[in-house]
Amino acid sequence: MTEHGTRPWINLMTVFPVSLKQRRQWTEWLAGYAFLAPSFIILAVFTYFPVAYALGLSFFKWRIMRGEPTFFGLGNYELLLTSEDFWQAVGNTIYFAVGAIPTGMAVSLFIALLLNRPLRARTIYRTAFFLPTVTSMVAVSVVWMWIYHPDVGLMNYLLNLLHLPSIRWLNDPRWAMPALIILGVWKGLGYNVIIYLAGLQNIPQHLYEAAQIDGANRWQLFRHVTWPLLTPTTFLILIMAVINSFQSFTEFHVMTQGGPIGSTTVIVYYLYQQAFQQFNMGYGSALAIVLFLIILGLTLIQNKMLGSKVHYQ
Amino acid sequence: MIKRLESLSIHTLLTLGALAMVLPFAWMLSTSLKSQSEVFSYPPQWIPSELIWQNYVRAWQGAPFARYFLNSIVIALAVTLGTLITGSLAAFAFARIRFPGRDALFAIYLSSMMIPHQMTIIPSFLVLRNLGDISPALGLDTYFALIAPFVASAFGIFLLRQSFLTLPNELEDAAILDGCGKLGFLWRIVIPLSRPALATLALFTFMGNWNSYLWPLIVTNSNDMRTVQIGLRYFVGQETASQWGSLMAAAVFITFPVVIVYLVVQKQFVQGIAGTGIKQ
Repeated sequence: MTEHGTRPWINLMTVFPVSLKQRRQWTEWLAGYAFLAPSFIILAVFTYFPVAYALGLSFFKWRIMRGEPTFFGLGNYELLLTSEDFWQAVGNTIYFAVGAIPTGMAVSLFIALLLNRPLRARTIYRTAFFLPTVTSMVAVSVVWMWIYHPDVGLMNYLLNLLHLPSIRWLNDPRWAMPALIILGVWKGLGYNVIIYLAGLQNIPQHLYEAAQIDGANRWQLFRHVTWPLLTPTTFLILIMAVINSFQSFTEFHVMTQGGPIGSTTVIVYYLYQQAFQQFNMGYGSALAIVLFLIILGLTLIQNKMLGSKVHYQ
Repeated sequence: MIKRLESLSIHTLLTLGALAMVLPFAWMLSTSLKSQSEVFSYPPQWIPSELIWQNYVRAWQGAPFARYFLNSIVIALAVTLGTLITGSLAAFAFARIRFPGRDALFAIYLSSMMIPHQMTIIPSFLVLRNLGDISPALGLDTYFALIAPFVASAFGIFLLRQSFLTLPNELEDAAILDGCGKLGFLWRIVIPLSRPALATLALFTFMGNWNSYLWPLIVTNSNDMRTVQIGLRYFVGQETASQWGSLMAAAVFITFPVVIVYLVVQKQFVQGIAGTGIKQ
C-alpha cells in the first residue's frame, strides 16, 4: 500500500472514511482502467470512431478539395446500387474469388495430404510452398508482371512449349483476371497447406486403424474419415479466403491499376479510386459500409458454423 | 516394391509442386543479373552468360532505397514495440485484474476484429488530416500517421490474454508478498513467462507491417516518407523503358531480408499460423 500512498487520488480517498478493503478494491479498478487506456485510445481513435465517422459521411456529398460536405441522405447508396461501375467491381471480385479459391483449396489439400506422412525432405518442401506467402505482394507482383510479359514472358514461353498460342495476359481484358487468379493461387497456397496440415494432425490415428480393420481402401478412408473430420478446417480456410479476396488490392494496384477497361477493378480498388483519386469521400464511405456489411455477414456465418462444428476435437 | 513406387511418385509430385513455387523467385534472380539484350532474348535463357551486377547499382541509385529501408524498419519496429506494450498491458488487465465492465470491454475489443481495415481508411485519413492542422508532426505524410493507427491490436491482446491466463495464481500471491506492484509483476514475471506468445505476436506484427501497402500508399506523399513497398511501386512506374534487369534487382533486395527472417524463424512462423490462424 505504501507504494500508492503518494498518489493524489489515494490521498483524496483517505479524507473520507473508507475501509481498507474498499480502498484496495478501488485501486484494483483504477489499475484495470489504466492498463487498458493506451490500447483503448488507439482503438477508439482509429477503429471505433472511424466506423461511426464512415457511416455519417456516407450520408453526405463531399469532394474533399472542393468545399464543404452537403447532406445527401441515402443518395450515395442509391448512386452506388445503380452504378454500373459498382456492379462491375462486385462482379470482378466474385470472379476473382470463384476463380482462385476452389482451385487453391483443392491443390493445397492435395499437397497437405502428400506432406502428412513421415517423409524425407519434408521441411524443404514446406519451406518452398510457404515462400510466396511470406514475401511481399508488391515484390511478387513485379516479378509476375515480368512473367506475364506479352512478348518474352516466361508464361507465354511455357504455353509455346505446349504448342499453345501466346496470350497478352495483363493487356487483354479477357486474360488479366485469370492472370491475377493464377498469382493469387500461387501466393496463398502455402498458408492453406499449413492450416490443412494442422487440421490433418488433429485427426485421431485410431479412427484410421479402425476403418482399416473394417477393410476400407484408401479412397474410402479419405471419403469417410479424413474429409468429414476436416470440414471445420475446410470451412475456416474457405471463409478466410473469401474475406481476403474481398479485401485484395495490392496486386491489382501494382499490376493492372484496375484495367484493361475495368476488367480487374475489384471492390477495394474501386473504393481507392473513388476516395483517393477522385476524392468522393461520401461515396467512398458508402462503399466502405457496403464492404463492411459483406465481410460482417461472412464473419457471422463463419462464427456460427465453426461454433457448431468444432465439437469432435 | 509398391511402397517404393508410391514414395517415388509422392516425391515427384511434391518436387514438381515445389519447383512451381520457387520458379518465379529463380526467374527474378536470373533476370536481375542479365544484360539488357539477354533479358529480351527469346526463348528465355536461365543462366546469364555474364553476371551484370550493374543492375543492382542502378536500382539502388535509381530511387532512395536506403531511405525507404530506414523508414520501413523504423515503422515496423515502432509498431511492433507499441503493439507489444499496449497489448501486454491490456491483456494483463483482461486476464488478471477485476474491475467493473471488464467483460463488456473485452467483447468490445473483440468486435473490432470484425472491422476490415479498408473500412476505416477514409475516416482515419481525415482524422490525420485534421490532426495535421493542429501539429504538422501528427498529420499525413509523417511517421506518426504510419505508426499510430497500428500500435494496438485486438487480436494481439486476445492472443496474449490466452497466454497470461495459463499462469498460476500462486505466482501473483508470491509476487505481492515480495512487494511487487502490478506493473512489476507484469514486467518481471508475466512477460518473461509468456515469451512464446510475445514472440509470435512480434513476428507477425513486424512482417505484416513490413509488407503493408494500402495505408502507406494513401498517407505518404513525399519520397522521404515512403516505405520499401511503396518505393518499389513507384520505381516500377519510373522505369518505363523496360529495365527489367534493375526492376528484378530491386525486387530481390526487397524480398531478400524477409526471406532470411523467414528461414531463420520458420518454425515459429508455421506454429504461429497453425495454432492461431493468423493471416498477415
